[in-house]
Amino acid sequence: MSDRHQTRQPVLQLERLVRTHGSGATEVHALRGIDLAVHPGELVAVMGPSGSGKSTLLTLAGGLDTPSSGRVLVEGTDITTASRKQLASLRRRSIGYVFQDYNLIPALTAAENVALPLELDGTSARKARVAALAALAEMNLGVLADRFPDEMSGGQQQRVAIARALVGDRRLVLADEPTGALDSETGESVLGLLRSRCDAGAAGVLVTHEPRFAAWADRVVFLRDGSVVDETLRSHADSLLSGQAGIQ
Amino acid sequence: MSIRHGLLALLERGPRYGSQLRTEFESRTGSTWPLNVGQVYTTLARLERDGLVAPDGEDAAGHTLYAITDTGRAELREWYERPVDRANPPRDELAIKLAMAVGSTGVDIRAVIQSQRHATIRAMQDYTRLKATALAALESGQARERDDVAWLLVLEQLIFQTEAEARWLDHCEARLVRLSLTADRRAAAPEPPQAAADDAPAPTTTDRPRTARTRRA
Ligand SMILES: Nc1ncnc2c1ncn2[C@@H]1O[C@H](COP(=O)(O)OP(=O)(O)OP(=O)(O)O)[C@@H](O)[C@H]1O
Ligand SMILES: [Mg+2]
Repeated sequence: MSDRHQTRQPVLQLERLVRTHGSGATEVHALRGIDLAVHPGELVAVMGPSGSGKSTLLTLAGGLDTPSSGRVLVEGTDITTASRKQLASLRRRSIGYVFQDYNLIPALTAAENVALPLELDGTSARKARVAALAALAEMNLGVLADRFPDEMSGGQQQRVAIARALVGDRRLVLADEPTGALDSETGESVLGLLRSRCDAGAAGVLVTHEPRFAAWADRVVFLRDGSVVDETLRSHADSLLSGQAGIQ
Repeated sequence: MSIRHGLLALLERGPRYGSQLRTEFESRTGSTWPLNVGQVYTTLARLERDGLVAPDGEDAAGHTLYAITDTGRAELREWYERPVDRANPPRDELAIKLAMAVGSTGVDIRAVIQSQRHATIRAMQDYTRLKATALAALESGQARERDDVAWLLVLEQLIFQTEAEARWLDHCEARLVRLSLTADRRAAAPEPPQAAADDAPAPTTTDRPRTARTRRA
């Protein structure tokens, strides 16, 4: 499968990405020159201790913050030099986010929250609502469609936020601790969903502290103090267990 | 891991011969703990010696069959009821390795931790993929459900076990970082003038490990 990845353009490409906050004595090197390419069909997990730069990496990848130096290419477009308009449309159309805090708009219902990015991008309100309801149903959240965020549990809000990130045909899904407020079983179903989106051709970057969720990824990248210190590939051998033949 | 009780459990469903037991054991546990036929026959011999199984004639192909005895059934029931012994934790090579690495010069303990984390997460990735396959097979309603469910449970046990290890590694690293920060801070504190001398540690630092050691002994 990596062969397939190699021959296609990465959906996300980070090149020598640096992000420094402040200057002089208070200077913080959040990222110190990151190179990372995520191809269609690939889910990459980013792990690392608190403060190692994981969220910084995601916000830069999604064009929500500007790097101190380096480039961020989304489907070949350098978003660090793109016009505001280009960037805004790219963000709505190609990139789905799930934030560490889920950021639903309190004045909108679940369905309206999920439909919003589509509507902003020019989809008719009715079509957007249909797509939103489908995305909610996919996460077993149909019954919450007309509830407001303050009428939902934390875990439910998080799942609505995930539905919002996945609605429409997103090429790149960026998720920062999407399983934070979820129990183990629900967290797993979210990962399953993310996984199947990637299997269907999207590229995903998942920040997580949970090894069990990171294990769904094709590749796990370890950050420490703003640098990549290591990464794993999923083995190509069909199994690390010996006599797997019995269950095929 | 109890091969004895595993075999008894399979025999409870009816008489079986050696290599048949091996096959069934492996399809239940997804070959996670491969058995060789020799182990199966040795175990059967011991079970027979202890009166838990008895030879039960031959099948049409001339294989010697074994059947569970009443004593064997009682032993099996008792095994299911008895919690697995956690009082004597098995020796864990990783725990021993990290314990040895603490404070040894010339070993970068964070590198030891990272290389283990790499291997552990990698194993989890593989288990997770196998699990996704097993789940898909179950959801599509394919045959041999009992074996597939058993295999899924075994796989998830492996996932949770490796997860515990990965979390523990994260914890060790964070702990070591914090301890070295406090050590730095203590070293940087101007208060005790003799702190700079390596061979004359402040009395408090020599006291503390001793109490800890006494308490553990
Ligand atoms: N606006 C800011 N100003 C100054 N420093 C910042 C700012 N944002 C982040 N940092 C610093 O950058 C570093 C990386 O932060 P980041 O949020 O990326 O960490 P993280 O890996 O996501 O951690 P966590 O696991 O706790 O979410 C940290 O040291 C943080 O304090
Ligand atoms: Mg973060």
